[in-house]
Amino acid sequence: AMEDVSAKFVSQKISRTRWRPLAAAALQPPDLFATGSWDNEDNRISIWSAGDLGNAGLNGEYHGEPHLLCDIQHNGDVMDMQFLDQERIVVASSTGTVTMFRHHQNNQTLSADHRWAKAHYHVDQDTSSGGAACTGVVCNNPEIVTVGEDGRINLFRADQKDAVRTIDNADSSTLHAVTFLRTTEILTVNSIGQLKIWDLRQQRNEPSQIFSLAGDRVPLHCVDRHPNQQHIVATGGQDGMLSIWDIRQGTMPVSLLNAHEAEMWEVHFHPSDPDHLFTCSEDGSLWHWDTSTNVSEKPSFLHQGGRSTAYLSHSTMNQSVVSAWLSNDPTKDRMEITNLIPNQTLSVNSLDVLGPCLVYGTDAEAIYVNRQLFA
Amino acid sequence: CGNSSTSRTGFSWGCSGARRSWRGSRGRRSEWMGRVGGSCCPFSSRGPAPRADKRLRGHHTKTPTAPSNQSHFVFGRLVQVSKNYRSVIRACMEDMHQAAVSTRDPALQGQYSTQVSILSAMELIWNLCEILFVEAATAGPLLLRLLDWVRLHVCDVDSMVREVLSSESPSKHKLFWNVVDVFVLQGRMDEARHLLSKEASANPASMNMYKILDDLMKKMPVPSLGNTQTLTELELKWQHWHEECQRYLQDGTFASNPHMESICKILLGDEDAILEKKELMTTWYHFLVTRLLYSHPTVKPMELRFYAQSSMDLFLGGESSPEPLDMILMAAFEFEMHQVIKECSIVLSNWWFVAHLTDLLDHCKLLQSHNLYFGSNMREFLLLEYASGLFSHHSLWQLGVDYFDHCPEFGRVYLELHIERIPLSTEQKALKVLRICEQRQMHEQVRSICKIMAMKALRNNRLGSALSWSIRAKDAAFATLISDRFLKDYCEKGCFSDLDLIDNLGPSMLLSDRLTFLGKYREFHRLYGEKRFPEAARLLLTLMTAHIAPCSFWMTLLTDALPLLEQKEVIFSAEQTYELMRCLEDLTAGNPDKQKFQDDDVETTKVEMLRLALARNLARVIVKEGTVEGS
Repeated sequence: AMEDVSAKFVSQKISRTRWRPLAAAALQPPDLFATGSWDNEDNRISIWSAGDLGNAGLNGEYHGEPHLLCDIQHNGDVMDMQFLDQERIVVASSTGTVTMFRHHQNNQTLSADHRWAKAHYHVDQDTSSGGAACTGVVCNNPEIVTVGEDGRINLFRADQKDAVRTIDNADSSTLHAVTFLRTTEILTVNSIGQLKIWDLRQQRNEPSQIFSLAGDRVPLHCVDRHPNQQHIVATGGQDGMLSIWDIRQGTMPVSLLNAHEAEMWEVHFHPSDPDHLFTCSEDGSLWHWDTSTNVSEKPSFLHQGGRSTAYLSHSTMNQSVVSAWLSNDPTKDRMEITNLIPNQTLSVNSLDVLGPCLVYGTDAEAIYVNRQLFA
Repeated sequence: CGNSSTSRTGFSWGCSGARRSWRGSRGRRSEWMGRVGGSCCPFSSRGPAPRADKRLRGHHTKTPTAPSNQSHFVFGRLVQVSKNYRSVIRACMEDMHQAAVSTRDPALQGQYSTQVSILSAMELIWNLCEILFVEAATAGPLLLRLLDWVRLHVCDVDSMVREVLSSESPSKHKLFWNVVDVFVLQGRMDEARHLLSKEASANPASMNMYKILDDLMKKMPVPSLGNTQTLTELELKWQHWHEECQRYLQDGTFASNPHMESICKILLGDEDAILEKKELMTTWYHFLVTRLLYSHPTVKPMELRFYAQSSMDLFLGGESSPEPLDMILMAAFEFEMHQVIKECSIVLSNWWFVAHLTDLLDHCKLLQSHNLYFGSNMREFLLLEYASGLFSHHSLWQLGVDYFDHCPEFGRVYLELHIERIPLSTEQKALKVLRICEQRQMHEQVRSICKIMAMKALRNNRLGSALSWSIRAKDAAFATLISDRFLKDYCEKGCFSDLDLIDNLGPSMLLSDRLTFLGKYREFHRLYGEKRFPEAARLLLTLMTAHIAPCSFWMTLLTDALPLLEQKEVIFSAEQTYELMRCLEDLTAGNPDKQKFQDDDVETTKVEMLRLALARNLARVIVKEGTVEGS
């Protein structure tokens, strides 16, 4: 419900928010998240506690308001970041550097564990080499893959100083995002509207498959893969369009869903309840896409405000709703789309969902946490 | 609250202690490090700037600058807005105070402290403006609000008060009577009486005096919020009460206790008695309010001016001259709004305060529209200045856009000029800027920004990115440039770079002829690679005859035709061969540098070879076509 959203003004534009992953056997919801800022002279990586529900915060603030645990200076804009494991977080910078930070739980500090400088760079005829923004990073411990404005793909390992593999000029345009398809395959999206699969086992520097949108080559900004059905991929475009692809067949998307009025910056399938999808955009909105077939029985939230069953992970339900994502007529299968932000102002640059928790950050220098997403 | 900076003009700290009721969230103090003024003039700061503005957005869906509000404002809403601005200033003050307290560097501490005092002055002024201009009569009697204002902002005495109250035996404390006086001067009758009762119980001899004084203080008529009595009633009551106090004084009731006698004089509004307590009031405007409380409690806003100047003169007593803050407050008491704005503009080096205050007053319909020489009104002028300042900040430019949007006359022009100067460090930032331009139909700026980004990409040899920017701007000319670059690369290297791009151009191919040619030419190569010769041949011919190919490329195309001409199987039909021949002749004949052309051996050889191949093909195809027809 709306009342469950706590906001915090942080005096820095937030470019990324990420929940810390849960430990393997954890039953509680996530309680810690990281943020990265951009466009400041002094950008920061910050670790926040999401706030205790029902308890007063340390300073007697409203309970549930996020409070800062620690932060550290970051050189350049934070373009992307992802937790490698419970303690380490890998951050992509606009300077082209990739940094791995470590969060020390005992004394609540952050330190830079390892830095891959100049992971992304341009070879400028006039000035030899200059940094190129690293636009995307994805982790699968211990592997780290980064992509950038230089069209380069790097494969790092957490414990190795140098890149394990680099594909120069993998793309002639800017690579905007990367995610793992399988442990040995990655997906990238670029600024000429192409979705590419790369097989990292192969030595050749070519994608194994290229998909593109049918019409104008609208740049794609984000990509995510269905957590269980690995052939279902979602991408978000510069025109705010959400595209769902079935990569087993065809080279074009299965459905195109018009939602946002401006760039879609991030798209996320809910990791344990993937009939829910979340997107955020430059137009200041954050959409929740709900394809669960029995909408009335499913946990309702926000504007419906009904009591619901306890939140459970529905792995069996996924089978029946897979078709919903791949269906050509989303209206037929009663997809419910809700804007979670009542008063839109500036861009929502990033979101993350884990369990019943949602966190998102905006250019209006605020972070928002909803810890009862399915209440 | 901080050190006691009690100058003659009372540059107060304005910490409200127990009255902190705002719920603003805390900003980062490091933000302020970049803003410290560093001049000795207490006002030369850059103010809380739009951090404040952003917090304001968190409180309100509509900011006061929305033009739509002008058609349906409600005083209550504007008062709330004004209160929010103030709470934001106070939140900034607290941040700054925290910073000052926690830093070890004395220079920094000094800077932070200066900031705090500037902010507190701003809040003081704003609060007064809110009382006098925005709240109007609906909020209750003026005097009560002014008393609140004084109590909130003159807190130098708070520590003394606390000290006395918390001591074991307050009435024996040496500052006891000072504190009683403070309460009386601030009209805090109940608290004064409470303290006095302690004195009375400790000193039974003065019980009689105490009872009388207590009674007088209890009975003092004050304007009430409920308005249960008419003005005349109140004045009458007050007159009676005043006379009663006079009688007791003249009877010598309090003669044996100078403290109580002085209090009685104060109750009677005796200026000299009040002035004696200068150190406890610390500022002339406190004196003003106290004076009004005890001599003219039913004062109306417009009557303030008669008392303000004399209060200041009496208080300063010719010993010191008024400071800028005093002049601003004086202008406010005299309801000279324009003077207030003017003085603030001169003294504050940042436009935040003035721009927002003016905007608020403008919304209250209180400012006569002064048309400045260049046609824009004062509100817009100040907002433009303020927003321009935002654009020079590395991250506040997004807010500046919003302000320009709300300046109907010159906002757009200013925005057009400023937006092109935002440094575009990453593509993502460029996209955000572009979105702002597109939403406002600023097509020229879109083109120019896309061109800059495309040029950058081209220099970095990111041809795909360059093309992507051209597509966004629908810039055919640039697309042509990029295609030429590809073609040049092909000619030099003999193969295409970035096939992933050229092979997948899709409809964007149509953006420019050259781009179309590039796509089609690549298709020709693909067809050839797939050994689909007749189709390849047809495409090749079309490229020339339909004039898709630039003339400069014809030679290359014809050379590409050679292998097709020399296949075992005849590919080009007779008609196609004639076409090719014609193209070749057009090319060689049309060439103005005929002499040079013929002197270049390689070129000549190529032409010779082509002529030979074409002739041979023609021969073969005539035979073939003739034979086929025959059978």
